Amino acid sequence: MLSLYHDARSPVHALPAGAKLLTLFAVGTGLFFVRSLPGLGITLAVVVALYAVARVPWRTAWGQLRPVLPFTALILVAQLVLTDWRTAVLVGVRILVLVLLANLVTLTTRTSAMITAIEVALGPLRPLGVRPERVGLLVALTIRFIPVIKEQADQVRAAQKARGVERSFAFLTPLLIKTLRLADGLGEALDARGLDAEPPRRRS
Amino acid sequence: MTIELEGVGHRFGDRRVLRDVDLRLDEERVGVIGSNGSGKSTFARLLNGLLVPTEGRVRVDGLDTRKQGKAVRRRVGFVFQDPDVQIVMPTVAEDLAFGLKHHGVARDEIDRRVADTLAAYGLAEFRDHPAHLLSGGQKQLLAIAAVLVLEPEHVVFDEPTTLLDLRNRRRIGRLIHDLPQQVVVVSHDLELLAGFDRVVLFEGGRVVADGPAEQTIAAYLAMHPPL
Ligand SMILES: Nc1ncnc2c1ncn2[C@@H]1O[C@H](COP(=O)(O)OP(=O)(O)OP(=O)(O)O)[C@@H](O)[C@H]1O
Ligand SMILES: [Mg+2]
Repeated sequence: MLSLYHDARSPVHALPAGAKLLTLFAVGTGLFFVRSLPGLGITLAVVVALYAVARVPWRTAWGQLRPVLPFTALILVAQLVLTDWRTAVLVGVRILVLVLLANLVTLTTRTSAMITAIEVALGPLRPLGVRPERVGLLVALTIRFIPVIKEQADQVRAAQKARGVERSFAFLTPLLIKTLRLADGLGEALDARGLDAEPPRRRS
Repeated sequence: MTIELEGVGHRFGDRRVLRDVDLRLDEERVGVIGSNGSGKSTFARLLNGLLVPTEGRVRVDGLDTRKQGKAVRRRVGFVFQDPDVQIVMPTVAEDLAFGLKHHGVARDEIDRRVADTLAAYGLAEFRDHPAHLLSGGQKQLLAIAAVLVLEPEHVVFDEPTTLLDLRNRRRIGRLIHDLPQQVVVVSHDLELLAGFDRVVLFEGGRVVADGPAEQTIAAYLAMHPPL
């Protein structure tokens, strides 16, 4: 679900990021008050229709949804065992609607727009010492670096496999070192790009 | 367009990494070579105030890196070896916009400069591409573009081609060659520095040779004869 923005011209793309995030939040809360199956069914249909309006190809939508299906299935089974089939279906569909909607927001909103919206939303907290730009940067960096760190983990694991270590937690140490080095380099790169709030650090 | 170092030395803890560096760099193309650990990267970091020297002083167009670090970093762009740490935003266009936004450039001016830069460096088709899906060469191209979009007067490169294949090495080499700014390039890629106005050779933290590219590179090769 990481920054797979799908570029297209559509009314959904054109909506302000803040509005989309707010809607997502409102629907996420509101869903728990919808207890009728037909009501949820209609909500699901509306969300699916929004995908069509947003011109997201079905293949892309499916690719984004698939990773969460096993978890949804697991919860569905747990609910079936613990409660009744009706509650289980309600819970399952709710999760589906929420994930679909969250994915739709990601697919139709540039990360930068999302971050600006977060910064605006946090603006009022400035007097409390919150630095909205820093929070925005944190979100951006997280999205950017999850794939980088995953790649490093894969590299370390491959290197250990090549040396005959099949399964072990030993990969955590080199990964940690690599990640710390990455963080160091990143800090420097941010400095170099003029993001220094602090005086230049003496690396020691 | 001058970078001056006066009596510069640098220590990390009690380890002396650079000593007695006195240089006045006003050539357009300056190369820096030397063995691993000879102090080249430390030297490069001094040029834009990423590090301030523990002895002596560094001035860029008259600005002291110790006192006017922020202004210096605006004038001096810095490109690192590993593009993965330099790209900070999730997509190509967002990364280009990042520095401009933090320099307080107006929204439509940002859009215009990002569009121009995407076109100039052949990145237009990757506009909304996630940065981690670019190839190594494309990532380095983006990292360089992200520095150039800020329109610095000087650009320092620390081994910009080390991780690249021959084709991308040549491509980045040509790009550096064509830049209108003063550039300082640290590199083990001697081919990249051929034809530079000036190349400085570091050894054990000191400048041991300094002159036109051919001359300094010949001195370096003579220090390390083939078997
Ligand atoms: N942050 C640091 N703390 C302590 N020592 C450091 C630090 N950075 C570099 N050094 C040491 O300073 C010396 C010079 O390092 P530097 O990175 O400048 O060399 P270099 O010429 O760039 O080498 P290379 O060709 O391998 O990149 C090395 O001995 C290195 O171990
Ligand atoms: Mg180095």
